[in-house]
Amino acid sequence: MDSTIDIKYVADLARLELSPEQSEKLQRELGRVVEYIAELAELDVTGVEPTAHAAALTNVWREDAAEPSFPRAEMLANAPGTIRDELIKVPRVLPGEEE
Amino acid sequence: MDIRKATLHALADGLAKKEFSSRELCQAYLDRIDAEDGKIGAFLEIDREHMLQAADAADARRAAGRVLSACDGLPVAVKDNIAVKGERCSCASKLLEPVKSPYDATAITGLKARGFIPFGRLNMDEFAMGSSCENSAFRRTVNPLDPARVPGGSSGGSAACVAADFAPAALGSDTGGSIRQPAAFCGVVGVKPTYGRVSRYGLVAFASSLDQIGPLSHDVEDAGMILDAIAGVDRHDSTTLPAAVDSYAAAAVEGAKAGSLAGLRFGLPKEYFTSGMDASVAKIMDESIARVRALGGEIVDVSLPHTKYAVAVYYIIATAEASANLARFDGIRYGARKEGDGLVDTYYKSRGAGFGDEVKRRILLGTYVLSSGYYDAYYLRAQRVRTLIRKDFEEAFTRCDLLLTPVTPSVAFHFNEKNDPLQMYLSDIFTIALNLSGHCGISLPAGTDPESGMPIAAQIMAPALGEARMLRAAAAFMRK
Repeated sequence: MDSTIDIKYVADLARLELSPEQSEKLQRELGRVVEYIAELAELDVTGVEPTAHAAALTNVWREDAAEPSFPRAEMLANAPGTIRDELIKVPRVLPGEEE
Repeated sequence: MDIRKATLHALADGLAKKEFSSRELCQAYLDRIDAEDGKIGAFLEIDREHMLQAADAADARRAAGRVLSACDGLPVAVKDNIAVKGERCSCASKLLEPVKSPYDATAITGLKARGFIPFGRLNMDEFAMGSSCENSAFRRTVNPLDPARVPGGSSGGSAACVAADFAPAALGSDTGGSIRQPAAFCGVVGVKPTYGRVSRYGLVAFASSLDQIGPLSHDVEDAGMILDAIAGVDRHDSTTLPAAVDSYAAAAVEGAKAGSLAGLRFGLPKEYFTSGMDASVAKIMDESIARVRALGGEIVDVSLPHTKYAVAVYYIIATAEASANLARFDGIRYGARKEGDGLVDTYYKSRGAGFGDEVKRRILLGTYVLSSGYYDAYYLRAQRVRTLIRKDFEEAFTRCDLLLTPVTPSVAFHFNEKNDPLQMYLSDIFTIALNLSGHCGISLPAGTDPESGMPIAAQIMAPALGEARMLRAAAAFMRK
């Protein structure tokens, strides 16, 4: 299998800004790692169930009841910007809007 | 009061006999940290005032005859990826540097319920990604036994803290060996519990199907005392196991008292003894095997045939989960924001500036293995091989009660010794499969490399929920 990794494409998927030097370095380093993990291709896994989780628990239920949540002021205290102490201030979403 | 190598259980006795107060004890640790941590670098921050207030409260309870448990007033230091209400929790990352926890992790709630005093923010590899603590965005932690060497990682601050006597015990987290490997490098005890034994609520997620919180301590009984406080089912983490919690400290006391391994069968996985470990590690493993036999334990050969694939499987699954878990860190709702030209550019810039190189590497690798066209070949295939690895362990545990293996292929390495990420990843070979299988393991100081003077550890692994059996055996193994 092709084990080259298109760093620019993957970094876009991950919303990650990389400098040109970083991109080049990561391309090289990750190329070697991808080559290494590609060795799994040699195993025959036909009919083997995938394990998503080590604990075999399914459907853990709880009552669908309203409970007090965290105080808004405490949760908003970690936000980089707020409006009227009740909203998180976000950057402009669409081009051309007023800030 | 001498806090050097002081165990939780010895200090609990001292508190009970009123030889010292909790305030005096906490002050003694703070004094030592003030004198020595400039050289070691175990802590990112300590809220001294808060710690001493908690100590005074514990002393008041004791004076009134209302202790919460025998552990009331004992300090335990905390890795910086575990939430403690009102304290910062940065995961040693610039992106989370400003964030304060609005709540306690369930493990912290459990410690506080017994009167333990969780304190400090211990250094770590950023987001628990690393094996040397070199990936912290903030400071270098050195190995207290040799400052030219790494303390291990990612719970390097936790291991260094216990080894340097900055706290009698600490919490760490283990996703691929991040408790056991630094414990081995610093000569202390470290436990990775069974997946689901300890709640992950309040542990900043790295790889959700692998992460577990666990103790680092001076001895096996202390590890049991911490486990007693943090294990159990939790409505905030639906992956916690509903099974009853054993008395882990009591199991350790029992094992140490008996000092015998009679009736226990230890499996030696042949794949862990054939490949690349240093001669000094091989020698300590030979001695450990002899010690098990001398204590009446039986040794059998077993096989974990898919061991050679464990590192590849791990670096697919762990990075895939990490890329999803770390997607929430975008500089919008909390954490450090770096303003860009609009919303999407702000994501790019906040994440680009906030994450260090190793975190970027893993996000990219995880994004790649989950991306269209590669998902089946990497992620799905890795999950299937994970099943084979888990079945290897289950098969082995039908033939033995416990497994005995090395923890690391070498003693603690030097700073900048492993520059190549792949070489660093491969050094996790003896710890990683256990996270994939979900079983439990303990790292035990088993000897010293005569050349470097550095500690070498042995690992005992047990079946799911076999912590009591494991600690009983470990305490017998460690009895002087």
